[in-house]
Amino acid sequence: MGLHTVTFKNKPCIVSTGTIAGPKEVQGIVGKYVDCPLQDDTFGEDTYEKAECKMLSYAISKAIEKSGFGRDNIDLMVSGDLLNQIISASFAARDFDFPFLGVYGACSTMAEAFALAACLIDAGYMKRIVAATGSHFSSAERQYRFPLEQGTTRPPQSQWTVTGAGGAVIADSGSDICITSATFGKVVDYGVTDVNNMGAAMAPAACSTILRHLQERKLDPGYYDLIVTGDLGALGSRIVKDLTWEKGVDISENHIDCGEIIYKVIEDEFQGGSGAGCSAVVFNSYLYRELKAGKLNKILLVATGALLSTVSSGQGESIPCIAHAVSIERAKEKAPMPAKAGKKKEG
Amino acid sequence: MTGKHRENYNRNYLQYVNSFDPPTKHFKNCYRAFMVGGFICCIGQFFRYMLEYLLGLSGDELAGTVSILLIFLGTLLTGLGVYDRIGRNAGAGSIVPITGFANSVASPAMEFKTEGLVYGLAAKMFTVAGPIIVYGVLAGAATGIVYYILGLFGAV
Repeated sequence: MGLHTVTFKNKPCIVSTGTIAGPKEVQGIVGKYVDCPLQDDTFGEDTYEKAECKMLSYAISKAIEKSGFGRDNIDLMVSGDLLNQIISASFAARDFDFPFLGVYGACSTMAEAFALAACLIDAGYMKRIVAATGSHFSSAERQYRFPLEQGTTRPPQSQWTVTGAGGAVIADSGSDICITSATFGKVVDYGVTDVNNMGAAMAPAACSTILRHLQERKLDPGYYDLIVTGDLGALGSRIVKDLTWEKGVDISENHIDCGEIIYKVIEDEFQGGSGAGCSAVVFNSYLYRELKAGKLNKILLVATGALLSTVSSGQGESIPCIAHAVSIERAKEKAPMPAKAGKKKEG
Repeated sequence: MTGKHRENYNRNYLQYVNSFDPPTKHFKNCYRAFMVGGFICCIGQFFRYMLEYLLGLSGDELAGTVSILLIFLGTLLTGLGVYDRIGRNAGAGSIVPITGFANSVASPAMEFKTEGLVYGLAAKMFTVAGPIIVYGVLAGAATGIVYYILGLFGAV
């Protein structure tokens, strides 16, 4: 089997982050850590798509502003979202005067963008890249499910798409929070066709990526302070723990799921949050803050995505899923020299 | 992994997933559907009595006016953003009566207004109600044929 994990010797680091979230998320457990809590989920726009685009744009601007690099010094933007033809990301890119690389990994977009940005920086092609993604409950619901005002009962397996966006500036130096490695995901499909049960569909993909990552880097799951999955929800989290345990790896001690912690489940969120914005908001606000504060030192972000469309599910196809992992660790020294950094490779 | 093996593996996985799926609360949903649906019907009946006593309507005129009033109410509550909240907790109780039909037409109309009045609002208006109309008419026609055939044999 080939090697699917890339280890970054030059330690690209996450310099700053920017986040924004809607009213429901802000009331949740981690929502209070976002930079801009919204009271109005349309963000002053007349359509939800425009609101999503504006949120993404805000997250990018905020991240750049906090990094102190200035907009002129950003080399590239890597971004994507859930809408058809990734319109939010492409339209948000109009506001910025640097190249744009559109990526689509459904809800795994955040990790995919981080991994790609880290690769480009580690190789020395670029110095400063902004990676961002977001989603909006109302626009996603409109595209994938029923009209908002339609009175339907939500099934108990369902999750709630996060209204929010998060972005981060990744650079070759300037922070001690480094991206140390990335494992690109394989598309995994265990035959789940129920579009309301994304957790069950995505859990095998998360399991596959986590196991490969640990195996290829020769690590125990205990090496990480946290193994953070993207949006499996309560049900999917349980499944991923079972699946990894079955393969002899116990992640139950340090596994958390962004979808599970983002809401106080009081209304109809059921299994928790989902969507590209879920891992983007939780990582870039709460987790990054904890990393900065030194409460966390090593985390593995495994964002999971369900690669379906309304057409494929209408034709009865099962849901292919993917999970990308990036490990984010604190470096020993503030500005690591490439030669020294190489030694620390295998923890 | 071969195709056959894969299939077995997937089947086992689905069984495993279903084993601890949170169960849909059928009894609770049925109870709520009964209460909410019944309540909507009571409102309809109330309109019926009122129109009969106050305006002296009867027959088709009466039935038509009651339906129109209920459709109006369903649409109004959809527009105010209340109907989906009722529907979320009503099982199917808010879907089955005529107000549910009104909701299923009004909600996509509101939603797709942003894409224009012709290709958005008007075209998408019947995305949910369209199937109901098609199969409703089809079921009506089928019932009519059965009724006609039974009539030939003098059964009805």
